[in-house]
Amino acid sequence: MNRLKQTCVWPVTGMILLGAVTFATEPVRAADNDASKVARGKYLVTTSACNDCHTPWHLGPSGPEPDMSRQLSGHPESLVIKQPATLTSGPWTLAAAPTNTAWSGAWGVSFTANLTPDPETGLGKWTQATFMQAIRTGRHMGRGRQILPPMPFAMYRNFTDEDLGAIFAYLRSIPPIKNRVPEPLPPGATAAVAEK
Amino acid sequence: MQRVGLGPCLGPSITHGSSMSSPALYLIAAAALACSAWVHAEPLPVHLHDTGLGEARNLAFSPQYPLWSDGAHKRRWIYLPPGTAIDASRADAWQFPPGTRLWKEFSLDDGPVETRFIERLTDGTWRYAAYVWNEEGTDATLAPTDGIAALANRDGYSIPSESDCRACHESTAVPVLGFSALQLSSDRDPLAPHADSGTHIDLDELVARGLIRNLPLNATRPRIDASSPIERAALGYLHGNCGHCHNDTETRVPVDLMLAQSVARDPTHSHRVLHSLIAVGDRFLARVSSRNPQRQMPPLGTRLIDTEALALLERWISEKSSKAEELQP
Repeated sequence: MNRLKQTCVWPVTGMILLGAVTFATEPVRAADNDASKVARGKYLVTTSACNDCHTPWHLGPSGPEPDMSRQLSGHPESLVIKQPATLTSGPWTLAAAPTNTAWSGAWGVSFTANLTPDPETGLGKWTQATFMQAIRTGRHMGRGRQILPPMPFAMYRNFTDEDLGAIFAYLRSIPPIKNRVPEPLPPGATAAVAEK
Repeated sequence: MQRVGLGPCLGPSITHGSSMSSPALYLIAAAALACSAWVHAEPLPVHLHDTGLGEARNLAFSPQYPLWSDGAHKRRWIYLPPGTAIDASRADAWQFPPGTRLWKEFSLDDGPVETRFIERLTDGTWRYAAYVWNEEGTDATLAPTDGIAALANRDGYSIPSESDCRACHESTAVPVLGFSALQLSSDRDPLAPHADSGTHIDLDELVARGLIRNLPLNATRPRIDASSPIERAALGYLHGNCGHCHNDTETRVPVDLMLAQSVARDPTHSHRVLHSLIAVGDRFLARVSSRNPQRQMPPLGTRLIDTEALALLERWISEKSSKAEELQP
């Protein structure tokens, strides 16, 4: 009887222990996966030029550079632009603000979006599906107006689902910055007209 | 073409390093191909008449709060496979049987211009297509997946891309937008803008025919809970034109605006709609009355302001403003 007990108890105990070890390691693995995903996203964001337009530039000790204290927070709401640039002569087709966050061209004026996880002014309420739809369709929030130049969504839509998921995971991990980016301005219009 | 995994067909997955003999692998590969052909949907027909439009079994219907489409005249039909019915147990999110098809025909003064088609496939997914009519109105052919920005000789009429279709239809719980308890209610709203006054099948008849099952008793004749006829029509218009994106499902746009109605009789629902509109403030009417492509609402499918609806919304807001106490949280 005792032997029978031993025969039954040890495998059961082993399974419980194995289960406990497996259970204990699952969160660790999930955390590792999350960290790996965020790291991949950071790599893609920093090599795909996202900071070039979505982080306001300022004059640093070595010249113009992205102001990483405002990392990926989009066009600063304090820099008010009311009308498109006027290009006088030459083969020029577009102009950019000193921050590299506002662009004037044939489409009017576009302002780069706040990509930080701020819930009111950034991507805080977006889901990964919304983010992927936006890149795939070239529409704001995946369903709204067209995303405007110079955002290269036509190239970025070639990212894999895994890459876009990693980019979104990284964007959720950076500090939220409250900065309400203005609506785009139509060609030849002032901000007052655009409000109507 | 809808692609689905082969796992359910093949059972245990094939792994690298299998010790199976090559004939066995060949048989499995052949089975996989056969299975693949079975689970893939047939390609979309090139001609509209091959989609099943015109079959006697199709039912014409008309939502009481139709989407504004720049004044185009619209006709709609639904096909349910024989022996099937819609499960309405979730009153705000009907489940349509695989094989369901719906058509919406758009006509201008000189005849039909486009017919949109959506279909539920056997794997539960939906597919979307648009068919463009020839100038004689005798045949309609499948439009490109990317749509057509402006049709020649049709005053710039545009055909939506497949992603445009998904943008509106897949931002809410169920992709079928105009065939729901509220839209088909027998208690129709006499002030609803652009509603078709013709005789079409309604909720009562669908239930009587057994085509809708499990409809909750409190959703058999749904009516928007409103403080006046104007408010009822305004809320209905917002439901039909905005609620498919601005709702409370997980797939909504990430904006704090709730414009979809519920027939689940939540007593706080109308208040939620009203207060989300108040939070948006003047931007609401500014967007509805704009056709600047960067600002307009809705962002898709319209180039002309809906002046009749705009007047209704302005009248409703004016009515609400005169009763300030109703605007208190």
